[in-house]
Amino acid sequence: MTDRDIHADADNLLVAGDPTAPVKAVKARNQWLDVWDQFKTHKGAVASLLFLIFIALFVLIGPWLWGLDPAALDIRNKDVRPIVNALWGAEKVSWAHPMGTDNLGRDLMAQIMQGGRISLAVGAAAMILAILIGTFVGVIAGYFNRLDGILMRLTDLFLALPLLPLLLVMMLLFRDPLRSAFGPEQGIFILIVTGIGITSWMHTARIVRGDVLALKEREYVLAARSIGTPSRRIITRHLLPNVLSPIMVSATLGLATAIITESALSFLGLGFPPDFPTWGKILADSVPRMTAFPERVIWPGLAISLTVLAVNYIGDGLRDALDPRIRGM
Amino acid sequence: MLTYTFRRLLISIPTLLFIAFVIFMLLELAPGDPMAQMPLTIPPEVKEKMRIALGLGEPWWIRFPLWLKQFFIIEPAYWIDNSFGTDLAGGAQRIVSFQSRSPVFDTIAQRLPQTLWVVGMSYVVGVIIALPIGIISAYRQYSVFDQAGTFVSMIGFSVPPFFSGVLLIVIFSVTLGWLPSIYDTTLVVNSWATFKMQIMQMVMPVMVLALQTTAQVSRYMRASMLDNLGQDYVRTARAKGMSESTVVMKHVLRNSMIPVITVIALGIPSIFGGAIITEQIFKVNGLGQLLIIALQGSDIPMVMTLTFLFAILIVMFNLIADVLYGVFDPRIRYD
Repeated sequence: MTDRDIHADADNLLVAGDPTAPVKAVKARNQWLDVWDQFKTHKGAVASLLFLIFIALFVLIGPWLWGLDPAALDIRNKDVRPIVNALWGAEKVSWAHPMGTDNLGRDLMAQIMQGGRISLAVGAAAMILAILIGTFVGVIAGYFNRLDGILMRLTDLFLALPLLPLLLVMMLLFRDPLRSAFGPEQGIFILIVTGIGITSWMHTARIVRGDVLALKEREYVLAARSIGTPSRRIITRHLLPNVLSPIMVSATLGLATAIITESALSFLGLGFPPDFPTWGKILADSVPRMTAFPERVIWPGLAISLTVLAVNYIGDGLRDALDPRIRGM
Repeated sequence: MLTYTFRRLLISIPTLLFIAFVIFMLLELAPGDPMAQMPLTIPPEVKEKMRIALGLGEPWWIRFPLWLKQFFIIEPAYWIDNSFGTDLAGGAQRIVSFQSRSPVFDTIAQRLPQTLWVVGMSYVVGVIIALPIGIISAYRQYSVFDQAGTFVSMIGFSVPPFFSGVLLIVIFSVTLGWLPSIYDTTLVVNSWATFKMQIMQMVMPVMVLALQTTAQVSRYMRASMLDNLGQDYVRTARAKGMSESTVVMKHVLRNSMIPVITVIALGIPSIFGGAIITEQIFKVNGLGQLLIIALQGSDIPMVMTLTFLFAILIVMFNLIADVLYGVFDPRIRYD
């Protein structure tokens, strides 16, 4: 008999309300353990989680283990093909550069690792910013009736903005001042994260507002208010924990779109400065020579696509796992 | 319904004005200078004259209403003059591009057909592929077809157009050599051979954009069909002895299409945004490429006008989606 069966039996006893039945001591189950149990049944999501952990380790400890400088020029070993090409022909391959090198002899694997760090960092930071703004606006709009109208009009306005063109405009116009203020990498990082963050919070805000609107009419919130709990504490203690699941799901989707948006900006030449690899930038830089060296486009493209695919699958699994109506089935 | 449409149209005017103001101020506050590209040998007083000639001499509270007047009054007047041979505009100043020194709308009119052909065709193709996939996926839920459909739409969500486009070029242009990788806009379709050329050069950009549309629309179609398949009226229809095809294709499909139609309408403006990247990959000289070139050259009037046109598209299609919802679903009454 598994843990969950015991749990279910105890529930049945309670429902039956038989006073003579022996009351079994049931170990309290943590809510997140239940979520994890349900999450584990979604095979795609578990595989994706493993893959995402692998990618995270690859870009975090990878450069440290691999030891090659992504910017180091090695003109003698330029245009080395990836090791898999050895399968269908004797070409210029080398185990020292399993993914090959570019036209200046820079190691592609080291570049992918370095680029992945930036891409994932930008994605995560932009997602966190968007979630923070979205949750704040959503909770405030849902909880305080007076602010609801104006905040939701603001959300609608943001949704009506042409986001990609505006992001491109922001990148182009604020690149130079931020670069001189914070240094080339730091400045662009701040700009891209802020740009993506303030253009992608609207869906989270709408979802959170809808949930808060329904939750604040519940009895327990009324009870909390009747014993004089201040609004601030009602929000942090009672409302926020209950809207956590939709926030987590939209966080995963936000991470996926943030990674794609950053790569798109880099691809259009309005992202990070030259010689500063991100996945999108490596891809964009390799396009002119892709007829001769298609692998240089494929590696970063695969990295972006597989990471985003994994994140999307995790979001899918999380949505199922966090829905109590599905859980336990 | 009519009053609702009218009210929404009225609300969209301040919305659009506000968006125009936001875009204008963003461009205004930005430190970029359209004269930055000029040679340093030009004396400062000449440079100042050039700035005034570009219309940059006035403060923003004069230039913004002026731009609005040009966009909403003068440009339509020119358009009417051209179509009907009247003389409404009377030689008033049009919105002029900094880069080409020609009216912005003339350039847009040259670029629009390419974008409309590629983007419009891709949207139609995407929707046509998506609807049957959604229907079959829902009817045979959890079957192999459904799983495959889910996977394909996941790929459509996850693979960005700048990778799928490049991958298609590598496979079909470089390795197989079947399709041209560059979209030739000078091609004039006047015979079967040129028609075939036109189809061949459109296949790849259309498929890249269609994959995204298909991923989204097929998911909505599936969810909507699933909602309806479990309803009581479906059981009644079957109990009456109707054939399965009538039940699914007539009763369920019609009801499921209601939310899907609004999703299709809502997606049209966003596909223009996606076209910016696709046009860049396949070198289609449409609106997206025009925007990128204008951005790189600090061509403020062009950027302003194009971005605002995108905003108009979004606001209008939001309105159209809401109105369509009310038209198709008699349970929804806005009044």
